[in-house]
Amino acid sequence: MRKVHFTEPSERIIQALNDQDTSFTIDDPLEHTMVLNMGPQHPATHGVLRLLVRLDGETVISCIPDLGYLHRGYEKLGENCSYHEFITHTDRLDYLSPLANNVAYTLAVEKLARIEVTKRVQFIRVICAEMARLASHFVFLGTMCMDVGALTILLWSFREREKLQDIMDVLTGVRFTNSFARIGGVANDMSDEVKKMISDYVEQFPEKIYECEKLVLSNRIFIDRCEGVGYISKEDAISMGATGPILRGSGIAHDLRRDHPYLVYNELDFDIPAFNEGDVLARFYVRLNEMKESIKILRQCLEKIPQGNVKPPAPKKVLPDKEKIYSKMEELINDFMLINFGINPPIGEVYNAIEGSKGELGFYIVSDGDGTPWRLKIRSPSFCNLQVMPQMIKGNMISDIVAIIGSVDPVMGEADK
Amino acid sequence: MNNIRELLLKKLNEQFSSAIESLNNFRDETTIIIKKEYLISVCTFLRDDTELAFDSLRDVTAVDYSGFLQNQPPHDHDISVPEKIQQQLDTRFQIVYNVYSMKNNFRIRLKVKLNEDEKIATVSTVWKSANWYEREVYDMFGITFDGHPDMRRMYLPEEFQFHPLRKEFPLMGIPGSLPLPKH
Repeated sequence: MRKVHFTEPSERIIQALNDQDTSFTIDDPLEHTMVLNMGPQHPATHGVLRLLVRLDGETVISCIPDLGYLHRGYEKLGENCSYHEFITHTDRLDYLSPLANNVAYTLAVEKLARIEVTKRVQFIRVICAEMARLASHFVFLGTMCMDVGALTILLWSFREREKLQDIMDVLTGVRFTNSFARIGGVANDMSDEVKKMISDYVEQFPEKIYECEKLVLSNRIFIDRCEGVGYISKEDAISMGATGPILRGSGIAHDLRRDHPYLVYNELDFDIPAFNEGDVLARFYVRLNEMKESIKILRQCLEKIPQGNVKPPAPKKVLPDKEKIYSKMEELINDFMLINFGINPPIGEVYNAIEGSKGELGFYIVSDGDGTPWRLKIRSPSFCNLQVMPQMIKGNMISDIVAIIGSVDPVMGEADK
Repeated sequence: MNNIRELLLKKLNEQFSSAIESLNNFRDETTIIIKKEYLISVCTFLRDDTELAFDSLRDVTAVDYSGFLQNQPPHDHDISVPEKIQQQLDTRFQIVYNVYSMKNNFRIRLKVKLNEDEKIATVSTVWKSANWYEREVYDMFGITFDGHPDMRRMYLPEEFQFHPLRKEFPLMGIPGSLPLPKH
């Protein structure tokens, strides 16, 4: 094997930085520009994001995000795992909302294998997805405010997030990487205890979110640091493939929960918050209002959830209950076959996306009829939204970069996959 | 939904009847395989047509079909599909474009077949979002996009010589292919 020698690794990226379009005017331009490296271990870069910025004084004239520090090859791994095995890996993509990732993946596999889930499962999955959205937005709320210097809110939002983690702990048995959804259902039924916990949470939520809101939105410094910063126009947001709160912060009320309803979202009443300003503050408001809508959805789900089975009668595709495996021969055989040889969906390809907390989270699966996918592509919203960031950053001050990164809310686990 | 599909197919047949190689509907998803040389004109038409308005490119990816459906017995379901797909597998790669129309809430999948040594035109001139998606495909599959403004690797170092999502690349990597820096 021929050894690879490192020449100048950063030469091409600097070239790309210099090649970027810098056609805007600065009030007080300097004669020289400076290239600055931000990250990959900068505390405000949400993990391992590296930004190369070209500065004229304190104004950013071009910027290039550099990914790859976390690349774990999940798509390659997906081609070598059975459909069931990959569920646990989806937790590690957007690790702030693992439940939503599980749901997105299992929905794609179910579409491919044509498995119908029961109504109760659909409601449980909606509850899971909305709890994941709340948990993820709480991290956004805390870290975004911390990025612009408001530390108290970080502690408050994590306190609220912990309560959600407690519910998830009782529901799924795990606090963080839950792996709760199963192909054809969910791992366990939702108990009355969980229902009570969610109901208590929903009741106390408005007061708590109001406290957080009051603290930051009455703060002049916070507003000044967010208003008019990191602007992205409607047209650019669409053309550059932004989805989720970024698109809605630019005035387009596009949400797959309403535009392409999945599970039971078409039976629920909720609004899609959208703001026209396209700046950091608009994106902040979008997420804040989305949290309130999620609570609305949770409340309706608790009222409407029917009794019933959490697994459809499809023994060749859906794993049987654990207690039946120990007592019944048929179930034991089915479990053995599914674990060893997989669900063998028909030959074909599907793409299925849900509205994750950060935007369109989609799974594209090509099946060759075998127990493992031939190709598994993850359309991760963080990766696609990061592409918009140079456009947002350009022309702003260097101190605004942290606020802009915060408003994009990238999770590098899914950006780097 | 079906109206949009019919309208799309009607318009494509009128404008680009020679560009369409095959059409497929699986699980209510429309897949259109188009000829490589018509890619830019079809994409531009899809974006600019006011009725269709496919204004958002949501994803670009590739599939390596080398070894697909070989050495494996056919399963008992959907026997008709393999024959249909088998005809499409005369090239190694297929580039997959996931295009979305915000106006109609409609999604289609465009595909272009590509051989190993071929290049393909970039659609980043049509949709800006293609920039990073195509870089990812270049990094993972080694497919070069002609006219791309910034054809660099996405995740892996520039010096890395392999393309991990090609089927011949082993899951555990190639030992010694990526030495750590000396200092």
